[in-house]
Amino acid sequence: MSRIAARFEALRKADRAAFMPFVSGGDPDFDTSLAILRGLAKAGADLFEIGISFTDPMADGPTVQAGGARALAAGMTTKRVLDLVRAFRSEDDEMPIVLMGYFNPIYRYGAERFAVDAKAAGVDGLITVDLPPEEEDELRGPVERAGLDIVRLVAPTTDEERLPFVLERASGFVYYVSIAGITGTRSPTMADVQFAVDRLRRFTDLPVAVGFGINTAEQASAVARIADGAVVGSALVREIGAGGPDMLDRVNGLARELAGGVAGART
Amino acid sequence: MSPDTAANSYRLGPDERGHFGLYGGRYVAETLMPLIREVGAAYEEAKNDPAFHEEMGRFHKHYTGRPSPLYFAERLTAHLGGAKIYFKRDELNHTGSHKINNCLGQILLARRMGKTRIIAETGAGQHGVAAATVCARFDLPCTVYMGSVDIDRQAPNVFRMRLLGAEVRAVESGSRTLKDALNEALRDWVANVHDTFYIIGTAAGPAPYPEMVRDFQCVIGDEARSQIAEAEGRLPDTVVACIGGGSNAIGLFHPFLDDPDVRIVGVEAAGHGLESGEHAASLTGGSPGVLHGNRTYLLQNDDGQITDAHSISAGLDYPGIGPEHAWLKDAGRAEYMSATDAEALEAFQLCARLEGIIPALEPAHALAWVIRTAPDLPRDHILVMNMCGRGDKDVFSVGEALGIEL
Repeated sequence: MSRIAARFEALRKADRAAFMPFVSGGDPDFDTSLAILRGLAKAGADLFEIGISFTDPMADGPTVQAGGARALAAGMTTKRVLDLVRAFRSEDDEMPIVLMGYFNPIYRYGAERFAVDAKAAGVDGLITVDLPPEEEDELRGPVERAGLDIVRLVAPTTDEERLPFVLERASGFVYYVSIAGITGTRSPTMADVQFAVDRLRRFTDLPVAVGFGINTAEQASAVARIADGAVVGSALVREIGAGGPDMLDRVNGLARELAGGVAGART
Repeated sequence: MSPDTAANSYRLGPDERGHFGLYGGRYVAETLMPLIREVGAAYEEAKNDPAFHEEMGRFHKHYTGRPSPLYFAERLTAHLGGAKIYFKRDELNHTGSHKINNCLGQILLARRMGKTRIIAETGAGQHGVAAATVCARFDLPCTVYMGSVDIDRQAPNVFRMRLLGAEVRAVESGSRTLKDALNEALRDWVANVHDTFYIIGTAAGPAPYPEMVRDFQCVIGDEARSQIAEAEGRLPDTVVACIGGGSNAIGLFHPFLDDPDVRIVGVEAAGHGLESGEHAASLTGGSPGVLHGNRTYLLQNDDGQITDAHSISAGLDYPGIGPEHAWLKDAGRAEYMSATDAEALEAFQLCARLEGIIPALEPAHALAWVIRTAPDLPRDHILVMNMCGRGDKDVFSVGEALGIEL
């Protein structure tokens, strides 16, 4: 069983959802990012989404853009993000790790080589934001052969006619983008999230994670009552960006709050 | 597109998935995917509706001022002593460039789709002005995204857009130029898919934009074809246009693609020179990649990060290129050359003095290639260059480049 499947299976048995933090790999630099990942794990993260930075992240708001820019300025590359995963993986063999990014850096790296190297580094799945199912053929083969999951995004605009087409190409879990918009801007209403997750469950047995616009423990908790996972990115990245000598403490503190909100949601 | 059909015609692309061979496609986030497909379906329908073309034709004639003349540049021809040079005068269009051809088509489509808000990106401001113009004419609110660097160097166009009632939003992300304005417009669109139509300014972006913008700009080449037949009784030997995103060029080229005797030349901006690394020549100095919804040639580093373009012309200052040009380059049907800032400045001044036409800095690049090439061509060689914009907007930056205080 893959690390992703094992984690969601264990959480299902425990009747709780996953807390899934997102950070850009190497934000603000390689060593600090590794320390942040360790802290997130200790604070109660259930799955990591680690961003491969791109100069032109068209689905991201200012906060995540800035995180990516910091990582690039610190010399991060696709290869260095894999190094980061490898470094974390050497200490933790259970945390599921999904890389999230845009297609061009992967395309330049070479889809085949990327899939093999990512698997070897300890990556479990891949979210390629700007590679819809219609365009994924050249990546799907290599990624499947390497044994990585392809996590698919579903949006409020994805109608029921299109949904089966998207979902039949998904594995690991489904990532529901809770707002029609970019990361870290608006928040959804829980009624909308409930409606969307109910609809998704009619079409798939995969775990459903919800992201975009979840900033507080309260919101994370509300989402965790509805879905199988709550993704929090911008709120954490904002703390990283604020910097300062106590940055790690603040990130860990926020992560503990969020993890607590998720873990206690259904009790 | 299969190689078989490609061998018969270069005009059949894209395929049903929006690909020109390896290039093009729809590389967008899932949120936009349903909408992009909706735009595609609406365009297919409009394309086959005579009423759509009739309405567009009416506005072309009475609002834009089409057809634009095909003008024999007699003094330039005599000065260079070689090929016979014609200008396709799209700089005489309403708003001063070819951009209005596309904006008119897209706003008519937006109306058909019942969209009530328009967004656009702009670099030099020419597309922004054209978009703001049609929005004023059709009474739709318009938001134009423009990099703050470009806002500083194109102040007159910013004011024009505001006069026309558009809101100009400064983009502070990334390199704060055209590519970032495109990112920001796409972000706006993702957040406002229900009521907003995105008028993309060049023949790039996710399908159907490259095809749709090309079709709207083909009026340039279609007119040029019949005008040169009337003037010379035959096809031209060479057609040439400048390339930023490539919309004026594809509009001129496309109707000539299946005429094997017509040489097709696109001229990119070489900035300070291709070897300097500071240029905007995606085709001659870039490599294939995926950006802004399509696969095409890009300026990028080994890690797939997009690098900044440089050109004295803000309208050519873009690190990508329309995907059909990428395909035409690989297929060998069109040739892609370049001209430096310095060459464009020379051409700009020469054209003003010899022909009484102040060209925009964008077509000044095409003109620089013409000046370099025409003297070695025989006198019966007919060359048609697209004068796609006028240079009034550029007099301040040219003055500055020449060290003249205005």
